[in-house]
Amino acid sequence: MTNQEILTDAFCTALGIDAGQVTDELTYNTIPQWDSTAHMLLIAELENRFNVMLDTDDIIDMSSVAKAREILANYDIQF
Amino acid sequence: MTDYQNFQSHYERLLQMPVFGINQQEKWAKLSPIFEWLHQHHRAHCAAYANITSSAPAHFSSLENVPFLAVKLFKLMSLSSTPTQNVFRTLHSSGTTGQTPATITLDKETSARQSKTLVKVLQESLGRQRLPMLIIDSPVTVKPGSSFTARAAGIQGLSFFGRDHTYALDEQMQPNWQVIEAFHDKYHDQPVLLFGFTFMVWQYFVKAFQQSSGKPAFERGILLHSGGWKKLESEKVDNDTFKNTVAELFGIHQVINFYGMAEQVGSIFTECEAGHLHCPLFSDIIVRDPYTMKPCGSNQQGLLQCVSVLPTSYPGHSILTEDLGRLLGEDDCRCGRKGRYFAIDGRLPQTEVRGCSDTFMAGDAV
Ligand SMILES: [Zn+2]
Repeated sequence: MTNQEILTDAFCTALGIDAGQVTDELTYNTIPQWDSTAHMLLIAELENRFNVMLDTDDIIDMSSVAKAREILANYDIQF
Repeated sequence: MTDYQNFQSHYERLLQMPVFGINQQEKWAKLSPIFEWLHQHHRAHCAAYANITSSAPAHFSSLENVPFLAVKLFKLMSLSSTPTQNVFRTLHSSGTTGQTPATITLDKETSARQSKTLVKVLQESLGRQRLPMLIIDSPVTVKPGSSFTARAAGIQGLSFFGRDHTYALDEQMQPNWQVIEAFHDKYHDQPVLLFGFTFMVWQYFVKAFQQSSGKPAFERGILLHSGGWKKLESEKVDNDTFKNTVAELFGIHQVINFYGMAEQVGSIFTECEAGHLHCPLFSDIIVRDPYTMKPCGSNQQGLLQCVSVLPTSYPGHSILTEDLGRLLGEDDCRCGRKGRYFAIDGRLPQTEVRGCSDTFMAGDAV
């Protein structure tokens, strides 16, 4: 799997949504599935899949799929 | 300041500034235009607020000039500055039996500011890293579908600071011994975060372990707790007793209390190494005489008024609480933090609360 595919898959698993819904524009708190509880699941999923440790700033900043990629790039994950 | 965008950019600039590094005078220079805007915003969007504050000045010459609402108003009526279609979440304070819980209306923007501010303020105590987290509560409290209480909101907000979130209590509020033991085995030699409401921590965790033979040691643990001492008064548990007992039982020496009200989620006041509660850049404290509503002198006991730059969805930027406290000083705490610091003494007895005016205007009282 490419990193983009892993990212999409992590969103699907954590939020319980279809891959088709995981677009760059998908934003935190705009769908019922991505609420603050799911957000913590998503963080844990991304940490496991990419083997990174995200800090509290990352959690607050991770407001969209595009933003998630940007943050992971700071941890040398290439897309 | 004219429009919402402008307000938001003022707020975002605050996020970039030191949370406890700006002295009171400079802080007020930054906050006064924000409070003037918030006042106008809520006057324009909440008819009840406009009514109550009709005699307030448009410009606030000092922090003490910001008009306030009594906290019980939020229990008596629904105060919202948000059109129904923009309501994102309604928060209910956990009123004790016989009390009407307060209802707080949140839109997405206010909710986001609450999370961001909470993180910013707590990073000053906890750093940016997230620690394995033991939550001294039951998972039932945050179960999806149940009504969203202030306690659940508190746990959820704080969970940003943890990883591997583990609930220490079962559905009957008894220690879940196996879960606690597993958490301890995994993490006892590294920094961990324990979080719970003060009463819950004491009643269901500390007391349970006082009576058991095995006690899990978390030598590198940080215990963060909040919620007040009222329920512990009959047991004569104060901050010192609490700290000493936790240190004795679990080897935890970093115990941080924080004060915050359900009506101002995100605006919290954290305890420093000297044991004083501090006002971060985003909020402030005024202590008022319960009868005259005039600001109290230093170290004089009165009612706490909390102001916060966060709420745009409901007129809760300036609330007179039913909590008693004392202003201890300004810019000169020995911990080095700037701004006001204070102590909480308890709650005003219910009978006296009833005697206080709901709608006392700062303009009348200063
Ligand atoms: Zn201090």
